[in-house]
Amino acid sequence: MNLQSISKGRLFWPLVALFLMVMVNFWFNPDFFSIKVVNNGLYGSVIDILNRAAPVMLIAMGMTLVIATRGIDISVGATVAISGAIAAALIGGSLEIKDGVQTYVSNTPMSLAILAALGVGLLCGLWNGFLVAGVGMQPIIATLILMVAGRGIAQLITGGQIVTIYYEPFFFFGNGFFLGVPFAIYLVAAVAVVLLLLVHRTALGLFVQAVGLNPTASRFSGISARALIFWVYGFCGVTAAVAGVIIASNVKSADGNNAGLMMELDAILAVALGGTSLDGGRFSLIGTLIGALILQTLSYAIYSLGVPPEINLVVKAIVVFVVCLIQSEALRNMLFQRRTRVEGQA
Amino acid sequence: MNFARFLNPRSLPLVITTSLFALLYGFGAVSYDAFLSPQVFVNLLIDNGFLVVVAVGMTFVIISGGIDLSVGSIVALTTMVSATLAQQHHWNFWQILPLVLAIGCLFGLFMGVLIQVFKLQAFIVTLGGMFLARGLCYVISIDSISITEPSFTVLAEYRIPLGEETFVSTSGVVAIALLAVGVYLAHYTRFGRTVYAIGGNERSAMLMGLPVAKTKIMVYVLSGFCSALGGVLVTLYMQSGYGLHALGMELDAIAAAVIGGTLLTGGVGYVVGTLVGVMILGVIQTLIVFDGSLSSWWTRIAIGGLLFVFCLLQRLLDRSGKKIRTKN
Amino acid sequence: MAQEPILEMHRIHKRFPGVVALKNVGIRLFPGEVHALMGQNGAGKSTLIKVLTGVEKPDGGDIRLAGKKIQPGSVLEAQDLGISTVYQEVNLCPNLSVAENIYIGRFPTRGPLIDWPLMQERARSALKALNLSVDVSLPLFSYPVAVQQMVAIARALSTEAQVLILDEPTSSLDEDEVGRLFEALRQLKSKGIAILFVTHFLDQTYAISDRITVLRNGEFEGEYMAADLPRLQLINKMVGREIDESAFGRQEGASNADSSGRRPFLATQRLGRAGAMQPIDLDVRCGEVLGLGGLLGSGRTETARMLFGIDPADTGSLSIEGVPVRVNTPHRAIQNGLAFCPEDRKTEGIVADLSIRENIILALQAKRGVFRFLSKKRQSAVAEDCIKQLGIKVADAESPISQLSGGNQQKAMLARWLATEPKMLILDEPTRGIDVAAKLEIMDLVKEQCRKGLAILFISSEMPEVLRVSDRIAVLRDRQKIGELAGNDADEQKVFRMIAGVDS
Repeated sequence: MNLQSISKGRLFWPLVALFLMVMVNFWFNPDFFSIKVVNNGLYGSVIDILNRAAPVMLIAMGMTLVIATRGIDISVGATVAISGAIAAALIGGSLEIKDGVQTYVSNTPMSLAILAALGVGLLCGLWNGFLVAGVGMQPIIATLILMVAGRGIAQLITGGQIVTIYYEPFFFFGNGFFLGVPFAIYLVAAVAVVLLLLVHRTALGLFVQAVGLNPTASRFSGISARALIFWVYGFCGVTAAVAGVIIASNVKSADGNNAGLMMELDAILAVALGGTSLDGGRFSLIGTLIGALILQTLSYAIYSLGVPPEINLVVKAIVVFVVCLIQSEALRNMLFQRRTRVEGQA
Repeated sequence: MNFARFLNPRSLPLVITTSLFALLYGFGAVSYDAFLSPQVFVNLLIDNGFLVVVAVGMTFVIISGGIDLSVGSIVALTTMVSATLAQQHHWNFWQILPLVLAIGCLFGLFMGVLIQVFKLQAFIVTLGGMFLARGLCYVISIDSISITEPSFTVLAEYRIPLGEETFVSTSGVVAIALLAVGVYLAHYTRFGRTVYAIGGNERSAMLMGLPVAKTKIMVYVLSGFCSALGGVLVTLYMQSGYGLHALGMELDAIAAAVIGGTLLTGGVGYVVGTLVGVMILGVIQTLIVFDGSLSSWWTRIAIGGLLFVFCLLQRLLDRSGKKIRTKN
Repeated sequence: MAQEPILEMHRIHKRFPGVVALKNVGIRLFPGEVHALMGQNGAGKSTLIKVLTGVEKPDGGDIRLAGKKIQPGSVLEAQDLGISTVYQEVNLCPNLSVAENIYIGRFPTRGPLIDWPLMQERARSALKALNLSVDVSLPLFSYPVAVQQMVAIARALSTEAQVLILDEPTSSLDEDEVGRLFEALRQLKSKGIAILFVTHFLDQTYAISDRITVLRNGEFEGEYMAADLPRLQLINKMVGREIDESAFGRQEGASNADSSGRRPFLATQRLGRAGAMQPIDLDVRCGEVLGLGGLLGSGRTETARMLFGIDPADTGSLSIEGVPVRVNTPHRAIQNGLAFCPEDRKTEGIVADLSIRENIILALQAKRGVFRFLSKKRQSAVAEDCIKQLGIKVADAESPISQLSGGNQQKAMLARWLATEPKMLILDEPTRGIDVAAKLEIMDLVKEQCRKGLAILFISSEMPEVLRVSDRIAVLRDRQKIGELAGNDADEQKVFRMIAGVDS
């Protein structure tokens, strides 16, 4: 099985699940597919779902690579908070009147602020990568450290307050429309394209899969697994930072406490729903994007069904258990009575 | 030989932890006169009694080589169930207690079975448990529910005097009692030693004929029980039930266990060490409060930093231990 | 000894899907005797022990303990019957104390508490019976492997064992430690315990055993008194002749008559690694096959792993084409023109879920790095080329490599390395687990590559294969190089004489 045929075969069930979720939505909300044009922008349920899923889609793409190398990154939520805080603190912004014209003034140039936010995200990721690949900690523990400390760091940056941003151009990332489509969707598409190119046009995809499937054989074949893992975590940090900027832009503020809260769980869930094994190895980026959409569509359905949104978490939890059980080899063996034990020992 | 045991790489973290606690407390005592009051010391226990209880359960899980990320939300669920039953159904404390403890155990049983029988990864299952328990809180109510039921308030406000100006609360007593049970379980029962054996080498434990599957499930049941009991203490401490109670407590519990000398790779740990770990977290918090100029988020950063240092220490000791072994 | 055997296994049969592991195998253990179980890799020793200890269920035959028929269903059941086992890797918990490791599961208690003082007291006396006095309250990991092995034996004996099985207990012990272990075994013997001892070390077999049973290819070869069986004969019996002699005969002109004049590619000076391989001098020349001869456990694989930087050497030096280099990772080794087909194809060689194409180009791509990507077209071209050149029987290069037969997987591994255009090829058991025809094909491929100028290090436990392909043979024993033979005047007897230490 090569990369493409894997993704073809593996995408089937995620697509079915997404289709079912969409149909459920359509059943209860006949307007689900309608799209209206308001102020140069397209509005409608589908657009809304895409737009809201953008941050999770971004993070889940980084997470996919991490999980494919047999790792996990539970610090992405904290990284979202940190990068959002950096962007907000650097931009700040105010509305000033110069020569009778209203202009928005930022504390630092916006491009610089955003670069700084992404850079800090990269650093966060590389820190995790260093702990996992360099020090040799278990991924869950290594990233737990940043998960604990990261929120503190984010609050340190925001001074424990919710920092409100007063700088109109920055809001474009989370609220703006380009050619009628929310700008965040373009960001997701851009990252997805870059990543797909990296995976299919460089040896990255092959190496990540090989390291996840058989670390020993990969090392013996000369793959520098350590360097690979280090950068994969770094990349995951960057995707979290992009998500952090979008979220900060969307809510026009940075909240060290609540930005990106529980987002690591959504991202992991999206990866699992997309058909990537949580034990590492084979992965599918497109599947992950579909997984994130399934989650968002599910939330949307719960919302439009009139069920209190609080139940969302319970449903997600049940989805976690179901997906894990579907992936569980032990369960499959029990159900089909396959005598893998005997085969395994032969 | 005794000196060797003292510097044994496995107990070294505990030695460091205890010294660190003494150092931090000493620093506090030098900086602030009030630190010398015995009540400040006892308050460490009162204010963190629930964390001691939860962290003891976590210690067992980590020693067995697993992890339980659901503890914080089970605490929250317990406060929520208790508050609802007390306020809306007028149950008293003693009717509620067995029920919530049973819920905690069932939660642990459910997750333990998924982990052991279906061979799922512990962190992902308990992550699911975390979702589920928090979600159930919100299903019950998204608002905080204050408890005015007399059986709760009496217990919550009950103080046991220790000498003249010092007293301890119910939760402090429960924490110490549970700690004692934890020490007994860990060091003087077949169950406890099996937990250590599994964490040391699961395959060997199996070949030595130990009840591995049963013990591993029981560890999660125990953790569920401790979380529920911790939840009861939080309910008393806060006198309310709220879905956002104990947010991130799983991290504090893991940090307390690790700082207390429990090895994240399993097999090594001290229940008493976990108490010291919790106390260190408490002292840091107290110091930050006493300082006044430092903001509360420094607590999180300090906890993360400590967690990092202790994880690094564990790795280094592990490596040097391996080196010594190959030399031998 | 006209005694009755305490344990008798009779006509044991065991099949696994696709292979017959044991055919009519029997063994007798007598009280107060050390019985050595000998055989090459795949002879069926470990299966036999698994059957005896209840890990595997035999398909036929019976086991009698003290005359009574038994059917142990698990390790625990076997233990309760009085059959205890000590495995090669110490199967204890390193984090628990010595005393606990002996008694866990059967703790002495006082009321609801474990009685630690009593347990330690008992542990001390149990170890004293084995001539060992250590602080039993310290964790097991603080002691060397030899002590751990003794503790494992103490645990095995604490269940009132009548039969003690030692499965390669000495493979990680040094000489002193082996001596101490043997002393303990002699004491056990004098107490009337029957000991089954599995080892690959000839010296040790003769130092401790009274009786030897030899297995070959899953069949019973014979039972001998150790005193009546000279070493050379034992080796011959273990190796046997299973494959048509002529197929493996030395091909005329296969060996380069004079390889000493060839350019050395890789040379080591006193290269060694503590705990793995004694310092060794080797030189491997371009266009020459250097065979590593030796029995299992002689250090063949260790040498290969050391050269390829998997377990980097900690003493001595290595030079490639006369230039000293440090090879401390496989990546470095590959950059220096080395290639390595590991012994365990399944866990160290193939990446089972990847396609044949991806498996073949993996090392080449790793050598080029992440960004100098071979397009899929190029990959397919390289893969197709290799498949044709090596005659890999495959319908579609895009199917997972796990669907190939063992022989074809092995060829794909060769292809992976040949694609990197290496200057030296290290082959560790390239013919393991594949059929005879494939073995011959692989060997011919090796010779062919050699003629093209590659330096080759060839490792196999099948001595005829080593003789067939090698121009020179370096002979190893007990993790030391004990000599070298020129290929054209080496024969099996010479090699085995050298290993046995007869008139060398």
